[in-house]
Amino acid sequence: MKLKELTKKLSLIIRCGENTLDTEITGGYVSDLLSDVINNAQKGDVWVTMQVHVNIVAVAVLKEVAAIIIVQGREPNEDTLKKAKEENIPILVSKLPAFQLVGKLYESGIGKT
Amino acid sequence: MLKTFKADLHIHTCLSPCGDLKMTPQKIINQVLTNNIDIIAICDHNSAENVPALVKAAKGKEVVVLPGMEICSREEIHILALFENLETVFEMQAKVYEKLHGKNNPDVFGLQVVGNEFDEVLGFNDKLLIGAVDLAIEEIVNRVHKLGGLAIASHIDRESYSVIGQLGFIPISLEFDALEISTRLSYAEARKKFPEYQNYTFIQNSDAHMLDDIGKCTTEFWIENPTFEEIRKALKNEDDRRINA
Repeated sequence: MKLKELTKKLSLIIRCGENTLDTEITGGYVSDLLSDVINNAQKGDVWVTMQVHVNIVAVAVLKEVAAIIIVQGREPNEDTLKKAKEENIPILVSKLPAFQLVGKLYESGIGKT
Repeated sequence: MLKTFKADLHIHTCLSPCGDLKMTPQKIINQVLTNNIDIIAICDHNSAENVPALVKAAKGKEVVVLPGMEICSREEIHILALFENLETVFEMQAKVYEKLHGKNNPDVFGLQVVGNEFDEVLGFNDKLLIGAVDLAIEEIVNRVHKLGGLAIASHIDRESYSVIGQLGFIPISLEFDALEISTRLSYAEARKKFPEYQNYTFIQNSDAHMLDDIGKCTTEFWIENPTFEEIRKALKNEDDRRINA
């Protein structure tokens, strides 16, 4: 599924990366521990997290994730957003808690084997 | 005779991936002297490899350099670990390295430069210093104490990488020697914000990653000499030693 489609489907708010919405999503990962994401996320995953500080962008670049989805209606820090724009990493925001959002992602076919 | 000594016990160098490349031994010491700081601690992420250069760069100058590290626990909590000498800080570093996995990607996280006291580059550290060490926070605090060191919770008012941010509160089992507050709030505000932690000693440092940040916030120690042992006493309020706050 393309990021564009997912954004519509789950009413995600795009905070940056409008030009990367054609990215294909191949899986998903949810975690708030960056070291865990570094060890376990896969290229092309959407990464669901509550973390909003600038290091999430570095991790996203390193792991080549398709997008970061910040849950619980939290907003990325200013420096996070700036860095994400520089690195061309899409950041999306959802009002839903992680559990509900991941459920919807799975229903949409993300990560189903 | 007890008197006031100004300390900034949380300074990063160019070894930290997020530390500015201008954070070299000579430049740091010059900035410290300009700001009339008496005692500093060098606390790079999960490494103490630039401590010897800083100690040498401070030789004959009016500043004392304490060996330290800012260790990131399994729970991604930052802890300032301060030691009396190079031997013990490197003993701690050996344990940290054993439990720290991954390689740094300088393009993503930044360069990790090891230098000497003349600001010459000796090499680059290729470990993932920004990463988390696979040791529980209790274990880190206990190891630091076993080596005669001090364990201080980093920037407890910050949401990211702080004990309260990651665990929600400070467990009784953690025997921190002090709690550090960031440059974002005053002692008075900190006491108001954290009434449940009144019994801890609060200190404030710059957490400098750039030269201009050094000394932005400092802690005034009411002690006899600028030594590790005197600082330990002040944190514990022993023998009339204390923090002026």
